[in-house]
Amino acid sequence: MMANDMSMSTAEASAEPKLRAAGVSVWYGPKKAIDDVSIEVDRENVTAFIGPSGCGKSTFLRTLNRMNDTIASARVEGLIELDGEDIYGKDMDVVQLRARVGMVFQKPNPFPKSIFENVAYGPRIHGLAAGRDELDEIVERSLKRAGLWEEVKDRLPESGTALSGGQQQRLCIARAIAVDPEVILMDEPCSALDPIATAKIEELIHELRGRYAIVIVTHNMQQAARISQRTAFFHLGELVEYGETSEIFTNPKVERTKDYITGRYG
Amino acid sequence: MSKAPTDWRSNAMSRRLRSRYAREKRFKALGLAAIAVSIGFLAFLLWTMASNGLSGFMETQLKLAIDFPRSSLMIDPAVLRGGNAEQALAGAEIEGAVASAAEAEFGPGGARLISDAGWLRVREGILKNPDIVSGRAEFWIPASGAFDIAAKGEGDPATGALYRRLDQSGQVRHGFNWSFLSGSDATDATAVGIWGAFKGSLLTMLVTIALAFPVGVLSAVYLEEFAPRNRWTEIIEVSINNLAAVPSIIFGLLGLAVFLNFMHLPRSAPLVGGLTLALMTMPVIVIAGRNAIKAVPPSIRDAALGVGASRVQTVFHHVLPLALPGILTGTIIGMARALGETAPLLMIGMRAFIATPPGGITDPATVLPVQVFLWSDEVSRGFVEKTSAAIIVLLAFLMAMNALAIYLRNKFERRW
Repeated sequence: MMANDMSMSTAEASAEPKLRAAGVSVWYGPKKAIDDVSIEVDRENVTAFIGPSGCGKSTFLRTLNRMNDTIASARVEGLIELDGEDIYGKDMDVVQLRARVGMVFQKPNPFPKSIFENVAYGPRIHGLAAGRDELDEIVERSLKRAGLWEEVKDRLPESGTALSGGQQQRLCIARAIAVDPEVILMDEPCSALDPIATAKIEELIHELRGRYAIVIVTHNMQQAARISQRTAFFHLGELVEYGETSEIFTNPKVERTKDYITGRYG
Repeated sequence: MSKAPTDWRSNAMSRRLRSRYAREKRFKALGLAAIAVSIGFLAFLLWTMASNGLSGFMETQLKLAIDFPRSSLMIDPAVLRGGNAEQALAGAEIEGAVASAAEAEFGPGGARLISDAGWLRVREGILKNPDIVSGRAEFWIPASGAFDIAAKGEGDPATGALYRRLDQSGQVRHGFNWSFLSGSDATDATAVGIWGAFKGSLLTMLVTIALAFPVGVLSAVYLEEFAPRNRWTEIIEVSINNLAAVPSIIFGLLGLAVFLNFMHLPRSAPLVGGLTLALMTMPVIVIAGRNAIKAVPPSIRDAALGVGASRVQTVFHHVLPLALPGILTGTIIGMARALGETAPLLMIGMRAFIATPPGGITDPATVLPVQVFLWSDEVSRGFVEKTSAAIIVLLAFLMAMNALAIYLRNKFERRW
């Protein structure tokens, strides 16, 4: 409830949120992992989810494109809307939802196929390209947007797994971009990368902002402060505080947020 | 609580270290010994097979001259040059003519020196060149089993002496036994061939893999990727594991009851053999397939689902190609076991005496291991080396099949 109040009070929130969650709870079997979370995600901004390990931020992120469906014991309650459509509703096709809400994972997970195939796979299964030329164009555009084109343009037939960790992660971002999603969810995309590769990904997130609504889960509070406009702090499955990133980091309203940000626990 | 610092150079410490190294050395020696023993057994097996079996691919031939105008054979070459030479020869008593020619050539009892199927060579010769029937012609005719063994230095002394005499006069030669590779089972050891059993094995394996591979892989995929985890799937899983451990003879009884008695499929046919062996092979493929699918990292599934692939697309585009090497390994093991299987095939009648190679999967046939079993049971000396020769053919078949599977596996593995 508090989260909603906070988001209303922010001046630059767009009229319509891209994603809206209301009273969302997630169970893994009998264990409640997320407790009554309500949040709105802007279409123009980067939203960061922070919080200590096991606080449920990744779980919550995965409910936003129904990746939790693959876990048999997971159960989601509450309402999540994408542009006003209930994503758990009858009319929502989960395959299409995941194309509209793309995802980048913690560990770079390119397909063990060529760089070209990695990017081309999504457009191909969704029939986004009419011919080979159009597919080439999509692959080039996606790799350019992911800032990887210059590094791989001469080695597209090589295996995606032969790239360095940072390049692999940018390849995964290119793969997500290639299906032209509306939202990109990133689950700790830099946790397996070195600082230089991390800087490149952060720069990339800056460039992608505005074109896609971006939600990023991170352990790294400096990173959240650097790249996001809005920050949500999760603790023990609850959304403790949500607001402008600058507000959260300089003037947190809740004691728990303050303790976490100042390094008292986490 | 303070404690004296550990003395890493004390005697107790170095003793401990020494015993640790000694243990390591012992373990290494044991491992090496185990490998040496298995290599020794393998070498012994191969050596025995090769030394006994290679002579099975050779035959002793006797030179026999037949003077056709003076023989009992009455054939007009003009008739043979006409359209139906086969028919013209069918009525001719070639066998008798050859026998009497042998008596004339090698003395009394000479007919017993040549193989029962020896006259077929004369028939082939006549068909190839009809003109020879108007004069005297020479043929190389396979010798009988007794003479063949004498030629190899193991027969009775009288035949041995005869062999030496004929050898000196240039009437004996040793040649490669092509008819062994092209013929089928026969009552005479010198006339048997392996092609019938080989083709039977080939057809049976084709039926087996055509059924067991798709059914096994699809079951594995369904159980691993789509089936809900509940009591039913647990029961199915346990049943499949048990099925893989069921003695093969029981599958034979099942085949007999279901495919022959209930479904009335043709007896002794590769179709029924293949069906029975497929039942036996399928659980092995399912188990190997499930393990291979389980070993595909979940991150690949996440990646595919994350770009909006459906579950079927995820499985067939990503999971299955990555699991294929493991599935193929399981298939190799299952097929190798099926190829060497005898017991269930005995139950469904594949132990019959079949003198012609099967033309299709519904013709009566036998398979290589059953052929080995049948020949090893024969009394005649000549079958000993034929049995070993058949084993060599069986092993060669097995190796060729495995090599193909390993080649395929490596080909798919490179895509990682």
